[in-house]
Amino acid sequence: MNYYNNNPALKFQLSHPLMQKIVTLKEQNFSEKDAYDHAPRDFEDAIDNYERVLEIIGEICHDIIAPNAESIDQEGPQVINNRVQYARGTQENHEALTQAGLYGISLPRKYGGLNFPIIPYVMAGEMVSRADAGFANIWGLQDCAETINEFADEDIKAEFLPRVCQGETCSMDLTEPDAGSDLQAVRLKATYDEREDIWYLNGVKRFITNGDAHIKLVLARSEEGSTDGRGLSYFVADNNFDHTIKVRRIENKLGIKGSPTCELVFTNTPAKLVGTRRLGLIKYVMSLMNGARLGVGGQSVGVSQAAYDEALAYAKDRKQFGKAIIEFPAVYEMLSLIKAKLDASRALLYETSRFVDVYKAYEAIEATRKLTPEERTDYKEYQKLADAFTPVLKMFSSEYANQNAYDSIQIHGGSGFMKDYACERIYRDARILTIYEGTSQLQTVAAIRHVTTGNYLKQIRYYEAQPINPEFHSLRKKLITMTNLFETATNRVLDAQNPEYTDFQARRLVEMAGHIIMTYLLIIDASRDDMFRKSAEIYQKFAEVEVRKHATFIKNFEIDQIDKYKIG
Amino acid sequence: MSLNIIVLAKQVPDTRNVGKDAMKADGTVNRAALPAIYNPEDLNALEQALRIKTKFEGTQVHVLTMGPVRAAEIIRESMYRGADGGYLLSGREFAGSDTLATSYALAAAIRKIGKVDLILCGRQAIDGDTAQVGPQVAEKLGLPQITYAEEILHISESEVTVKRRLEKGIETVKGPLPILITVNGSAAGCRPRHAKLTLKYKNAKTVSERQASSTDYTELFETHPYLDIPEWGASDIEHEPQWLGLAGSPTKVKQIESVVFTAKESKRLTPADNEIEDLIKELITNHTIG
Repeated sequence: MNYYNNNPALKFQLSHPLMQKIVTLKEQNFSEKDAYDHAPRDFEDAIDNYERVLEIIGEICHDIIAPNAESIDQEGPQVINNRVQYARGTQENHEALTQAGLYGISLPRKYGGLNFPIIPYVMAGEMVSRADAGFANIWGLQDCAETINEFADEDIKAEFLPRVCQGETCSMDLTEPDAGSDLQAVRLKATYDEREDIWYLNGVKRFITNGDAHIKLVLARSEEGSTDGRGLSYFVADNNFDHTIKVRRIENKLGIKGSPTCELVFTNTPAKLVGTRRLGLIKYVMSLMNGARLGVGGQSVGVSQAAYDEALAYAKDRKQFGKAIIEFPAVYEMLSLIKAKLDASRALLYETSRFVDVYKAYEAIEATRKLTPEERTDYKEYQKLADAFTPVLKMFSSEYANQNAYDSIQIHGGSGFMKDYACERIYRDARILTIYEGTSQLQTVAAIRHVTTGNYLKQIRYYEAQPINPEFHSLRKKLITMTNLFETATNRVLDAQNPEYTDFQARRLVEMAGHIIMTYLLIIDASRDDMFRKSAEIYQKFAEVEVRKHATFIKNFEIDQIDKYKIG
Repeated sequence: MSLNIIVLAKQVPDTRNVGKDAMKADGTVNRAALPAIYNPEDLNALEQALRIKTKFEGTQVHVLTMGPVRAAEIIRESMYRGADGGYLLSGREFAGSDTLATSYALAAAIRKIGKVDLILCGRQAIDGDTAQVGPQVAEKLGLPQITYAEEILHISESEVTVKRRLEKGIETVKGPLPILITVNGSAAGCRPRHAKLTLKYKNAKTVSERQASSTDYTELFETHPYLDIPEWGASDIEHEPQWLGLAGSPTKVKQIESVVFTAKESKRLTPADNEIEDLIKELITNHTIG
């Protein structure tokens, strides 16, 4: 058993037509093939490389990480002498992935990475999350290395990136007691010592995932007297475990218990500046956050898959009234909806990942040479799509992971409420997904401008024009009607020219766009492979009702009714 | 300190999770229905070898296997996990070998390899369960042997200290190098495949595999000579024909019986000691366990 080989939907995504472009850009025409014995020689060789590595990860997920999930959930990490000690299973997982060389897989080869695109990296994250969503955080924080690679000076890269590839873990230290969603309020102080040419960090961070990591990216106030985001810079701190960084406590959480969430005290911690002063929040954290949101998208799809696996196995096995409960309409409908939501969010996940892959590859090329005007246009187009799709992905996939985990317990009945089945852990683990790296409400804020600028509508019309299997023409007709409803609702809201009213209706509009996009993606996927047919048809029915529901609400809503919703 | 280590490994049908069609009507193993895997205890042996390699730079680990052409897969598998290379002993002259003929061929191949400090192998293979090949190879090479090893506690250029797992306890013993050690399934499991090594060695092939493939590997193997897995036939090792293959195999299978469990009724026991004791006795008597 292997989490890669037993999930043909992953292999399917590697066969997407855009992969050719992604691989060619990422490998810059396979220029490293002679310099590294693990670099691919051509496109097929590259895809084969991804598959082989995904197989290794899939095996470790099934054989080691998934079996460890329960004991990690029970045991959790501990603070001993201001240091974090992982649960035994966490240590085993980490060791296996380190031994298999599975840290730093998207980093350049010269630092010891595999130079893989985002797509296989996200797939790996999805599988790790399916095995244990809490552990996925520790593994997934290698995202921080991406930020270092993108923005730091060469000497910082050379110092830290090879260490990430050898299995040193990372953390991104942003949140403080008074700076959660509003990171402009960050107060942790960075002071520059001119004589030593080094920065010192002093202050407190809270809710820091994997807070006792070896390598820490810290958002801190470098400009004395400043109060907003423009006074913040980004630093990399080497955790030398010399007590300049102390773990004060680990939070006692509802879920993802294996992932230590720490409160940290920095006392004269030496640090190095990443990139340019003052760009900490406005540029680097925003970039890191987009990566992290994509990561949560992958994590959410993994959790959805786990919820589906558990529900399906139980529904087949459990007999009531003389037959397996999967044979009852109430149960099989619930199961097929879980599956449809899973497939829809996975389709969105990899579509978004492809957009990110293309623009990141251009970004890397731009660092070495000037882009041609055509390349530049292409780059900006994909960057815009990535910006538009990332918040929708984060919102939908995390909400679906929760809905699916909820339904998974429901299918288990009373047994699902007991600690005996994995579904209760999955349910608890899922809960954070709609919250961290920006709540669903904040994803709406990020997404609504793509409604108002028409970016979603433009992309929806693009999908509308894609060749599909003629059998799906009737579904497309329905989607066109749904799109018209979305357009009408959008115009109605925008015509009022009232920002508060737009915010009030934003979630509904963004959801309408998301439902239409996911249905198109499923139909396009189902046109390439019949395994998605059922989910495409079922999701369309579900989406249509959701879109009509929101359309009705917006149509019947008068702007002055907002006041009725204000409390206190 | 750098040692030359040979790991003896075997590709076996996966008999651990057998289904209905695991046996053919004539009572022989249906190899087509069972996936070919790396014999589990040989992986334990490989891990012990790789640990020594990690500790002592310059140590070389090579895997030697005898089998059909497709058995080269376990040499690749070993390279993905950190072995430096391997040798495939293959050819129709070896067909039908019992443990005696197998150990004769393996011993001859080891002599050809040259200076070897340590030979490691699994205690036994899951298809035959004889646990004879390791000890026989040691005898034929005139080497001392330590069986049932669970961990190599210490190794120097001249001596090895080994923890043995025995039926009623553990025993720590020392032996002089060169030596052959058979490793128990209770030893540490093998490390996973390493991503970079897997990509580096994925095209490693024996000459027969290259000839059977539709891909032209000529250029790749010229620029990447480390991809060649040496393949030896009977003519490559010093031997006398009467000791090889079927001719060299005195073991004759008299009869094969396909045992199909038919009992359908369950038996209820109370948790009383005497009932459990009776059950154990019954299971030993009818050879279900023991």
